[in-house]
Amino acid sequence: MTAIRGWRCGWLLLWLLLAGFARAEVAVPALATRVTDQAGLLTDGQRQQLEETQSDFEATKGSQIAVLIVASTQPEAIEEYGIRVATAWKLGRKGVDDGVLLLIAKDDREMRIEVGYGLEGVIPDAVAKRVIAEIITPYFQQGDYFGGIEAGVSRLIRLIEGEALPPPTARDVGWTGIKDMLPVAFAVVVFGSGLLGAMFGRLIGASIAGGIVAIIFWVSLGSLLIALLIGGGVFLFSLLLGGGHGGSYGRGSGGGGFGSSSGGGGFSGGGGSFGGGGASGRW
Amino acid sequence: MRNTTLAVLLLLTTLLGGCGYNKFQTTDEQIKASWAEVLNQYQRRADLVPNLVNVVKGYAAHEKDVFIEVTEARSKVGSIQATPELINDEQSFARFQAAQAQMTSALSRLLAVAENYPQLKADGLFRDLQAQLEGTENRITVSRNRYIQAVQEYNVTVRSFPSNLTAMLFGYKTKPSFTVENEKAIAVPPKVDFGAPAAGTK
Repeated sequence: MTAIRGWRCGWLLLWLLLAGFARAEVAVPALATRVTDQAGLLTDGQRQQLEETQSDFEATKGSQIAVLIVASTQPEAIEEYGIRVATAWKLGRKGVDDGVLLLIAKDDREMRIEVGYGLEGVIPDAVAKRVIAEIITPYFQQGDYFGGIEAGVSRLIRLIEGEALPPPTARDVGWTGIKDMLPVAFAVVVFGSGLLGAMFGRLIGASIAGGIVAIIFWVSLGSLLIALLIGGGVFLFSLLLGGGHGGSYGRGSGGGGFGSSSGGGGFSGGGGSFGGGGASGRW
Repeated sequence: MRNTTLAVLLLLTTLLGGCGYNKFQTTDEQIKASWAEVLNQYQRRADLVPNLVNVVKGYAAHEKDVFIEVTEARSKVGSIQATPELINDEQSFARFQAAQAQMTSALSRLLAVAENYPQLKADGLFRDLQAQLEGTENRITVSRNRYIQAVQEYNVTVRSFPSNLTAMLFGYKTKPSFTVENEKAIAVPPKVDFGAPAAGTK
């Protein structure tokens, strides 16, 4: 009797589990570029052109605009999916919250503009709705997706340009990024410098350790200044702590002499937050 | 003597820290902040109502029922003191929720009525207000979800060991959240389908 009930329970659980899988939500893609096209609406050239416009705009104004094209957001409504993407991507600068997401669900024939807190003044819901209905939709109805996205993005850019925002800083590096990397620097100091010092002598060993750390930080954070500072710090520590002997003390460079800073290729959100502002529409 | 007091204090501090006292404080603040955002967005919706009603009235003055319904809902919402303390009182929280739900259904009725008036739908002001209302409903949904998450974290802390001992000691109780049943009714923003006949006007 109880055994049967137990079996039933098991089946019920299994069914619930399966139902859970069946209702699985569309995953939020990782943010790597400004234009993420999962439905194959754009050619590579078009995507690059859009990305260029958006990155130029971020360089001059500081605001981040991203475009995401998915096949469908089902079973979620586009609003639910949109806010999930926006909170995961954190477009816009932290504290300024000046990010905008243009989300397009191709098969649902729906789109949404998700507006960060800081831009709700220049892009209120009614204006976002107009951008969708009056600017993007006519292009989409003719099947010209690139034209619609381009027109929509450039209108958004013009709207944001009307707002007085803090000027963009050269590649804002958050303290959290540095904090995450500090253990690496520490490990190099403790383990690496002793070894390198024993191999190459104290000064050269310290230089190499500083250089390695500087390169790691430069690549991962994209900021040459911070990389040099930390590299220099590692160099000094290694010099003081590092074992080994020999090598005359001279002027050691902490690992300078890199080429021009190219700012790193990847794209990531700056930490802006969203509260569900914006508008949705169909075409 | 002094040393013992100090030792006891130190022990107490460590114990409290280990028993989630600080967690209660942070999650409680989180709840307050997200609740304030919920109230803020509901207020924003209530502020939109007079303009919306006026625009609709301009084209559909004889649809008195729906105007009365919206006005009643608005005065009911206004009569409930929307204070931060609301979240500590299960009953008034339920009343608040019911009033807001009534407001939601009255507004969707209003929009449904508006569907029957093509000139109204073409009115630029109406379209703007409609977009604002949709956006506000969406913000309400988002802020409610964030509140639900914050409350969930707090309630889990209240119930789980060993922080439940701290909760007992200080009299922290679980906080009310938006219920699932109502969640369904409220969370869906009023969708306006231009093809179908108005659903709410029977």
